[in-house]
Amino acid sequence: MTEATSSVITLHINGTPHTLTVDHRTTLLDALRERLALTGTKKGCDQGQCGACTVLLDGRRAVACLQLAVAAEGRAITTIEGVADGDRLHPVQQAFLELDGYQCGYCTPGQICSALAVLDEHAAGWPSAATADVRPEAGPPALTDAEIRERMSGNLCRCGAYPTIVRAVARAAGAESEVVA
Amino acid sequence: MREFRYHRAAATADAVALLAADPEARPLGGGTNLVDLMKTGAERPALLVDLRDLPLDRIETTADGGLRVGATVTNSDLAAHPEVRRRYPMLTQAVLAGASGQLRNMATVGGNLLQRTRCGYFTAGATEAAPCNKRAPGSGCAAVAGEHRNHAVLGASAHCVAVHPSDMAVALAALDAVVTYETADGPGELPLTAFYRPVGDTPHQETALPPGALVTGVVLPPAPPGASRYRKVRDRASYAFAIGSLAAALDVRDGVVREARLAFGAVASHPWRARRAEQALTGGPADAAAFAAAADAELAAARPLPHNGYKLPLLRDLVVDVLTALTEEAAA
Amino acid sequence: MTTATTAPAATTPATPSVGASHLRVEGRDKVTGAARYAADHPADGLAHGWIVLSTVARGRIRSVDDAPVRAMPGVLTVLHHGNAPRLKEDFAGTFGPDATTRILQHDRVPHAGWPVACVVAETPEQAREAAEALVVTYDTEPHDVTLRPGHPGSHPAETTAMGPGRTEKGDVEAELAASDIVVDAWYTTPEEHHNPMEPHAAMARWEDGRLEVVDSTQGAYATARDLAQLLGLDPADVRVRSEHVGGGFGSKAQARPHLVLAAMAATVLGRPVRIALTRRQTFSLIGHRSATVQRVRLGAGADGRLRALDHAALSATSTVHEFVEPSAAYARSMYDASGHRTVHRVLPLDVPTPTFMRAPGEAPGSFAVECALDELAERCGLDPIVLRARNEPAAGPVSGLPFAGHRLADCFTEGARRFGWAGRDPRPGVRRDGRWLLGTGTAASSFFTGAFPATATATAHADGAFTVRIAAADIGTGARTALTQLAADALDVAPDRVRVLIADSDFGDAWVAGGSMGTRSWGWAVRLAARDLRDRLASGAGIPPEGLTVRANTEEAVRSLAAYERHAYGAQFAEVAVDPGTGEIRVRRMLGVFAAGRIVNPLTARNQLTGGMVWGLSMALHEEAVRDTASGGLVNADLAGYHVAAHADVPAIEVAWLDDPDPDDPVGIKGIGEIGTVGSAAAVANAVWHATGVRHRDLPIRPDRVLAGGAAPVTAAPVTAAPVTAAPVTAAPVTAAPVTAASVTAAPVEQDRAGHR
Repeated sequence: MTEATSSVITLHINGTPHTLTVDHRTTLLDALRERLALTGTKKGCDQGQCGACTVLLDGRRAVACLQLAVAAEGRAITTIEGVADGDRLHPVQQAFLELDGYQCGYCTPGQICSALAVLDEHAAGWPSAATADVRPEAGPPALTDAEIRERMSGNLCRCGAYPTIVRAVARAAGAESEVVA
Repeated sequence: MREFRYHRAAATADAVALLAADPEARPLGGGTNLVDLMKTGAERPALLVDLRDLPLDRIETTADGGLRVGATVTNSDLAAHPEVRRRYPMLTQAVLAGASGQLRNMATVGGNLLQRTRCGYFTAGATEAAPCNKRAPGSGCAAVAGEHRNHAVLGASAHCVAVHPSDMAVALAALDAVVTYETADGPGELPLTAFYRPVGDTPHQETALPPGALVTGVVLPPAPPGASRYRKVRDRASYAFAIGSLAAALDVRDGVVREARLAFGAVASHPWRARRAEQALTGGPADAAAFAAAADAELAAARPLPHNGYKLPLLRDLVVDVLTALTEEAAA
Repeated sequence: MTTATTAPAATTPATPSVGASHLRVEGRDKVTGAARYAADHPADGLAHGWIVLSTVARGRIRSVDDAPVRAMPGVLTVLHHGNAPRLKEDFAGTFGPDATTRILQHDRVPHAGWPVACVVAETPEQAREAAEALVVTYDTEPHDVTLRPGHPGSHPAETTAMGPGRTEKGDVEAELAASDIVVDAWYTTPEEHHNPMEPHAAMARWEDGRLEVVDSTQGAYATARDLAQLLGLDPADVRVRSEHVGGGFGSKAQARPHLVLAAMAATVLGRPVRIALTRRQTFSLIGHRSATVQRVRLGAGADGRLRALDHAALSATSTVHEFVEPSAAYARSMYDASGHRTVHRVLPLDVPTPTFMRAPGEAPGSFAVECALDELAERCGLDPIVLRARNEPAAGPVSGLPFAGHRLADCFTEGARRFGWAGRDPRPGVRRDGRWLLGTGTAASSFFTGAFPATATATAHADGAFTVRIAAADIGTGARTALTQLAADALDVAPDRVRVLIADSDFGDAWVAGGSMGTRSWGWAVRLAARDLRDRLASGAGIPPEGLTVRANTEEAVRSLAAYERHAYGAQFAEVAVDPGTGEIRVRRMLGVFAAGRIVNPLTARNQLTGGMVWGLSMALHEEAVRDTASGGLVNADLAGYHVAAHADVPAIEVAWLDDPDPDDPVGIKGIGEIGTVGSAAAVANAVWHATGVRHRDLPIRPDRVLAGGAAPVTAAPVTAAPVTAAPVTAAPVTAAPVTAASVTAAPVEQDRAGHR
């Protein structure tokens, strides 16, 4: 048991290991932004109340502002910088771009990381609060607009670009039903 | 946030020993509440004991047909588990009604039980003019005479009127769940309905856990017969704490209530098991009048404050609506 | 097609770019995380500042015990009123004199959350801990934070940001007395906060004798000019940039404490300093929209034609600086009456200073007036759209000026068609979908059209590319893209040949992104510069190696605009479902039809108008800062407590627009940043009435208010005897459920609030 209040850790981010010394107080969000120059992940509230800092931890979405960096050691971290395949945008990114699924863009990295996870969670058959019958016998819910809205609700967008974000997620899911006006 | 030590426990005994040795140590699960509380100064631990590597992340069927849920099972894994969805759908619904997908992926069952109130006076950090007995015991409760629209109507005291924010715990209360824990002196358990202490004049002492105890999990007895449901009302459609919620299971045969389980959320310092309502229902007709009478029986003990009396008709409506739906579900 | 052999500069696009959808030029940066906002810029030797806020609402600082904090790990300095650099005392910036800029200049505490110190440390963690550890003691004084009519401290507002404090014509009282129908109702809106997703942040550093600043500002030039004045520097020695800004909505139009303190600290320490506000800090440091208490009196003939319109609005300001929420200005251009009066009062309280917030005045003012119109329609037995059509003003009701376009009625016609308004049953409380009561509502919308002078440069490069420079800001409006399209058309080239650089104070004077005037003001200057450049190239001007640059300034053009009532208009529609048992409200759909000048980029315009409507929805149902009277501070100063609409709250929203040319305006843009917010809260509130039969005149319409208000009884069978001219539904709640002890105790909630009047 050490008396230290900082530790040397290795963070695996977007497939690359980064070894650094962190103050235990440092959140993953601050480590990404202040120590590793990965500023795509945004700080909107620093309290888990807006979703702007959403990243993927071992493939699952999480808010980096409430994740201590020291406790993230050993986990596979994906940030917005690691979503595209080189110059080729991920279909979710492409849909946000084409459908104008943003305005100021500040919540966008979090919305996109969250959307990636929503597609995975839905594919895994996870129900949501919008699912009428959560029993496994009911089968996986269709990814309706109502399901997308509920599942994306942890990502606030103050510009109010919600309708185009929902369309982008639906398009990326291959389930776009609405006609683009 | 002051500087702190960090230790990733390799075994439960390791964690328990550290927590027992240092009253300023705190267990770290998902951190979704603890790290926020550290940022607002409500918690200032000297040591965080990370539970991530402990074998408490499993959901297993018990011999009697119930489930044992480890303390570090994430809210997401709990909600998505096929046996939870099949046998305890109200629990899945309750968990999914809380927080956001991101937070549910991080938050653990143990942490969910131990989360602190979202009373604005507590989260803002008490000041001389707006004291909080949870922040500074004995300093007073600003909410009683202040802003308390989403505060307790049942079981509160003049020392604290805050409500417990958990949705999951409301379902667990209705399901007769038992919380298991480990101390340096050995294991122990508490029914969820006895897990939280009455407010009294010590609102900062929130649970009946012995000092240094580590919550290791929750045991669900076999699901009650009949259909179950969790319904939550909040100020916006999602990603908000409840202003009133109901976990209910109802066994109806031939129009008669055989067994009822009801628990209210966002009405008290802890999930409120509505035993008076259950007694009023049991053996009686399964109709709207009986449901309303049962709700009134429970709410007779309510002592609303000037600005939160709306919770009573709200809960009454939830009881009638949800029990009616469960009755129809049983008939179908 | 023949083989193209022409030089790039001679290529003329077949179709104009303006009017066609264009992806955001910075879109790729936004979806990959490459777009850099104010707190994203690195610097060698960067230090981090953390602001300490007062915990008392009024008084004087007795002591700041900085010695122990200076000894803490990593702490570089502690700035407070006893040691901070002096700022210019009689500061008068872009928006006039403003004492809220006097940060750490005196010992007076004017409100809870006033900055009393700033700790600077090597790391953010160290700065936060040191700031939390700093002990500041106060001599407190009694405070007052409650807005209420009849307060002896309130006074008539002489002026507002939207014109005079008071206008009056005719004899309002006489006209009211002579009216067949009078609506006299009070409306309240709560304290609302901008909450852009990006909390305010700035980094300042000295470089080669210049103060280089990256700030989250809606106007780089104005911020630089104001900061230079505050610090007593030559304007040429201050440069401010804000390449990407994560929303502003009015809160980032002025020099805020984070900027002033970052500049101070960078100067004191001689190294780069960044200060990023926490979300909680933004609730007291960057302005907000004051709560309002509004009384609207409408007098009309039986035909619904207005004889009297009296709108009195009360708002709060701080004791530091007077900002009047100009709610009563809305009716000055919207509705005429022989007796017409609009009056503002303002009450200085021990609260932070309010400021411009998306649709200042228009948002709360339209809520009151458009709800009152709905009440009048009900009382007259008229369709709300018919009522508005009968009250179309022939000229500016107060100004007497002619309108430069007034397509409000056309918006309603098109909106009614799209929404399916025809055949709407006007009776409230008679439609059900399971537990839900359904209703529809409508309201008018309007926002003035203005422009400020701006400068822009356009440069032709030898390779056929063009660069346009203007100190515009893109806070999510799509301005960068719109300016690219405007420049391309003015240059007669395709947009991909034009690079628009913005948000750098070195580019010269340009209006802030505010008042729905940004893109119009900038676009004008960009167009002038680009046209001039195109003409010079057409007349054979050569392009030197460094490029050919022309500069345009619209000062003269803007000043010479003829005087008209210039506004954009819109018709807002909403359908809501209300659960009378739980008080939950869900907006099922919204429609907005606008006549808002030339739409440069349909893709981003639709999004922006939609976002404005989401603000109206959020204002109607969710937003409310709750201030504790005992401490003077907020009890919900975070995003879990201050609710803005989330994904699940927002339905499909339809937006459409009509052609709306203004022949007098060379650009033809009217601005669309705010009009979506105007009237949308009223449309929702009117729909809630239509669903429940209960008027909710206090925002937000929370579940507890719905429960306290009750709902008109609903029967499953069709209601028979309810003619359109039914007696007015009173405000007295009619509870559907049997009254219990519970619903009795719920009543004081509303009574108490009513008592505030």
